[in-house]
Amino acid sequence: MGSIKDVFHRMGSPRFFYNGSSLWVRGLYIGGTLGLIIGSFWGLVLAPPDKYQGDSFRIMYIHVPSAHLAEMVYFACAMAGFVYVVWRMKMADVFIAAAAPVGAILTLLSLASGILWGMPTWGTGWVWDMRTTSVLVLLFLFFGLIALRQAIPRPDRAAYSVAILALVGVVNIPIIKYSVEWFTTLHQPASITFANEPTIETSMLWPLLVNTIGLYIFIAGVILAAMRVEVLKREQATEWVRDITRSMQR
Amino acid sequence: MGNFGVQFRRDLLVAIRGRTETANPIAFFVLALSLFVFAVGTDSETLPRVAPGVVWVVALFAAMLSTENLFHRDHDDGSLELMLLDSRPLFLGVLGKLLAHWCVSGLPVAILSPLAAVFINAPFEIITILVGTLLLGTPVLTLIGGIGAALTAGLGRGGLLLAVLVMPLYIPVLIFGSGACYRVLDGATVTGPVLWLIALLAGSITLAPFAIGAALRGSQEY
Repeated sequence: MGSIKDVFHRMGSPRFFYNGSSLWVRGLYIGGTLGLIIGSFWGLVLAPPDKYQGDSFRIMYIHVPSAHLAEMVYFACAMAGFVYVVWRMKMADVFIAAAAPVGAILTLLSLASGILWGMPTWGTGWVWDMRTTSVLVLLFLFFGLIALRQAIPRPDRAAYSVAILALVGVVNIPIIKYSVEWFTTLHQPASITFANEPTIETSMLWPLLVNTIGLYIFIAGVILAAMRVEVLKREQATEWVRDITRSMQR
Repeated sequence: MGNFGVQFRRDLLVAIRGRTETANPIAFFVLALSLFVFAVGTDSETLPRVAPGVVWVVALFAAMLSTENLFHRDHDDGSLELMLLDSRPLFLGVLGKLLAHWCVSGLPVAILSPLAAVFINAPFEIITILVGTLLLGTPVLTLIGGIGAALTAGLGRGGLLLAVLVMPLYIPVLIFGSGACYRVLDGATVTGPVLWLIALLAGSITLAPFAIGAALRGSQEY
């Protein structure tokens, strides 16, 4: 028990986090890039074309992972917000600060790839149905997290307010998730669920899974790297950060 | 219920005695509606078709702009701090304040909406559902707007920041509210969107005051 508590306490220390995470970033970057390369090559080149959509369905290998990750990054932000509101862990706020821009970019990527996919298959790039609208809302929620932090001068108060906003916005996640099941929309329902057999051909499913896992790992690396920068920025007055900058100048 | 009643009565009195400020949301509502008419044109084909959506959007803006001042004055004169120090549940105090605020912003807009609907040539059959959805929807707007107002209280610059924070959360209310009106126009049943509005109202009444309370506690240390 004692050792678990010890790790928990040390995890909250920016210095411990910074020193312990440098190898992790490298590993996650390598693993994620490998996964994305294998998954993309498999999906974009090796997988068979779709019976109805031809080759245009291959956009799925970019669209689905980025949309899924965008949702999950927001969900993670909300969990970090909960951790911050309850336990005031500094690192939870560092996570939100680092992850919000990453999530915004992922949301943009999923919207852009959705538009590209919609043009050949739906005949229109943009449809105002529940799915697209709620993903657009997700984008604005990420913008809100970024804007609120910049508007509040005191960092600790900004952290608290942003954490609450992240928690409030999380109601949007189930709306995104189930929008295609609750409402009649143009967007197709999920092909992969935990409960049922996937309604997608196995040869098309595997590259998607590889790409999704690859993006998970890659994004974890990106957020971790951004958190390291954020830690350095916040702790720049401390002696251990000065030591690092001094050794870098040499 | 002590805290609820005290905050409700006090805020309502303050609002009624400061008449011009209370009249502002209503004046805004009517003015913004006429702006829409000027922009869209008085074409007898398009105006009835866009009317329900326009009324809803303008009501939403009126609600959002009026929540901006929800906590500012209380923050400046210290009465907000007193409410936070009160040992009675903050939840009820916040709810009282929001109800008072809704009575002078959302409620008059909902009551005025039949007049506004006639004013912009909306078809008569939507008037009932328009008032109904506004009565259900504007409290949700006030509750969600309250979260944004609490997060930005004491910052001295709500405005556009408040809009960025709050508008994404307003979207479901708008979709179901104006969606119900259009369903009436198309002769479809309105049960679905109306039940959604009721669900949103129930959810936000129970959850928003907690978020507002937490945000207000945070705002005291700027």
